[in-house]
Amino acid sequence: MASTTAHSLTIALAGNPNAGKTTLFNALTGLKQKVANYPGVTVERKTGRWQLNGSGADLIDLPGLYSLDATSLDEQIARSVITGEQKGVRRPDVVVAVVDATNLERNLYLVTQLFDYKVPVVIALTMIDVFEKQDHEINIAKLSQLLKVPVVAINAKSGRGIKELAKEVHKAAEKGESSAPVFNDVDETSGPHAKIFARYSFISKAVQESTRHNDTSKLRISSKIDKVLTHKFFGLVILVAVLLVVFQAIFSWATVPMDLLEQGFGGLSALVKENMPPGILTDLISDGIIAGVGGVVVFLPQILLLFLFISLLEDTGYMARAAFLMDKLMSKVGLHGKAFLPLVSSFACAIPGIMATRTIENRRDRFATIMVAPFMSCSARLPVYTLMIAAFFAGQTIFGFISVAAVLMLAMYSLGIAVAVVVAFILKRTVLKAPPPPFLMELPEYRVPNLRTVLQNMFTRAWLFLKRAGTVILAISILLWALMYFPRDLSPAPAADASTTQAAVVETGSEPAEDVVKESEQLKHSFAGMLGHTIEPVIRPLGFDWKIGVALIASFAAREVLVSTLSIIYNVGKDADAESTTLVSAIRDAKGDDGKPIWTPLTALTLMVFFVLAMQCMSTLAVVRRETNSWIWPIFMFSYMTVIAYTAAFLTYQGGRMLGFE
Amino acid sequence: MKEKMAQQTTLNTLEIGASGRVIAVNGDSRITRRILEMGIIPGVLVKLVKSAPFNDPIEVSVRGYNLAMRRSEAAAIEVAL
Repeated sequence: MASTTAHSLTIALAGNPNAGKTTLFNALTGLKQKVANYPGVTVERKTGRWQLNGSGADLIDLPGLYSLDATSLDEQIARSVITGEQKGVRRPDVVVAVVDATNLERNLYLVTQLFDYKVPVVIALTMIDVFEKQDHEINIAKLSQLLKVPVVAINAKSGRGIKELAKEVHKAAEKGESSAPVFNDVDETSGPHAKIFARYSFISKAVQESTRHNDTSKLRISSKIDKVLTHKFFGLVILVAVLLVVFQAIFSWATVPMDLLEQGFGGLSALVKENMPPGILTDLISDGIIAGVGGVVVFLPQILLLFLFISLLEDTGYMARAAFLMDKLMSKVGLHGKAFLPLVSSFACAIPGIMATRTIENRRDRFATIMVAPFMSCSARLPVYTLMIAAFFAGQTIFGFISVAAVLMLAMYSLGIAVAVVVAFILKRTVLKAPPPPFLMELPEYRVPNLRTVLQNMFTRAWLFLKRAGTVILAISILLWALMYFPRDLSPAPAADASTTQAAVVETGSEPAEDVVKESEQLKHSFAGMLGHTIEPVIRPLGFDWKIGVALIASFAAREVLVSTLSIIYNVGKDADAESTTLVSAIRDAKGDDGKPIWTPLTALTLMVFFVLAMQCMSTLAVVRRETNSWIWPIFMFSYMTVIAYTAAFLTYQGGRMLGFE
Repeated sequence: MKEKMAQQTTLNTLEIGASGRVIAVNGDSRITRRILEMGIIPGVLVKLVKSAPFNDPIEVSVRGYNLAMRRSEAAAIEVAL
């Protein structure tokens, strides 16, 4: 290849999971990175710019891989990127192989596979400080000489070796060819796995000649930690405790910024109303846009915190231990321990969770995991739970010290898990019948999490959530505001109106103020009101009125829309004399046509149960459609989840009433 | 290596803390291939570190790192004590 100064270089980062690839990628690209999907598939495509010796290079972060065998989608994509077959990606000039020094042999396996593609390879050796602390020695020059590729020891955190890596990558690109050994031509007639054996015997020799292990008897810190964290009894206790701490923290720490945001948006809305001439535009801005966006943004602190915990658990290596602890349980319902991670991720959002099922190789196991993933209480449900808890269960305790809010949260999460278990069990014995899937998973060394990686991950996920909030939810908010705002100036309802008649029957007598009646009538006869009324007979047995019905319809777009819908509904239809303007008090103060409160703790609980189980997320359905490549699965998912949600909510409400709750 | 002098068994029956040298990995499925690719090939030393609650899966130490696998999968791995 000729001089590379003419065109911008393309560099790919390859490496095993947990080798430090993400940390290096972040260090090389800074904040200049883009996350998208490869076209037509859901493999994440992370790219960024690396300022390489003045001239920039495009850096592609390949998915974490153990092998390039192309048995999984990740491996297929990685292979097609390296060979230049991937559309929209230039064939990389150099592949930087990230290799964990503490796990040299297995990490080098992938490297020998890279050699086969004859692309220039530069090895970035990570974890060298840990390796040396373990009393091992490595001769990097010797390793480089044996592997016939440059090897650079790096520390992404301190910046050690980054300049040298850039220099070596540049040199390798200029050279444009690889002199590394190739294993393509290994004769496989002696056995189907001769190539694997050949690679490993080459690797073992190179590693033996370049490293010295002085004290292998020393118990590694990870093993010591594991003695407790994966202990048969204490391991499980700690797992439950970790989950509890996460939930409790989310709900105590997040309240401060949430209150501030709430006040801020409330103030902004009022400011607009005061300073703009009254009319449709003012109402649109203050009641539609500001109220809608505010109702979502206010929950950002919680979402950030949740992702902080998920990133921390992943980065420390604890997540794999959780899968190890849970596999027996998962396999009981026919799922893979690997399903644990996608399912745990689904607690943040089912969309990345469902996408993460790609690591499960068996199609049936994967589909079963996808089908139950939406039962995990995602962050979009948090606003719904929080609102209900804040309105009816805040500050209450059991035995004086256990917060009712925390117990309810745990109950909601547990309900989702329990139903998921039952459904998975049934699915694996019917539509998705298959033998138990194989399980093979690395238990990486425990690590002090890299703050930057954790924060970057947290903010990327939060940004993706906000982007959704900013586009889909804002659009829905405005649409809803319009649905409730139009048609204007309708004459009062005729007595023959079914719902009015029904309301009149149960009316207790106290006449509401005139302007409230007018406002209420406006909403009743808006498009949204008509829709809500249409489904009211169906949701009555759940204790829901038509306003909740409107919110349920709206939240098909995204669950968190329930909150903004309610805030719009109660802005429009709220009691004019209500002192408090916050949504919580609006809900508490909301009265039915009979003057009785619409919301009781039982209604709130029923709504929470419904939200745990109902498939109310168009985006999830769209992802399922893409991941299963069929419309049948998302339709099936929607139908069965709605049936389960309705049944459970019905039992909650009617059961609660039979027990004497209102 | 396949002499009868060394006692032969499969990885799943090893006691916790016991080590053995891999003699063969049986089968020709994807999972067999993945076991081999993870470095569990004939001649390599494996150690059963621990088992998870309910006795399954197990944690195996190989080539300086730890790998979790089910006992059913470990049954395909023949080892000499």
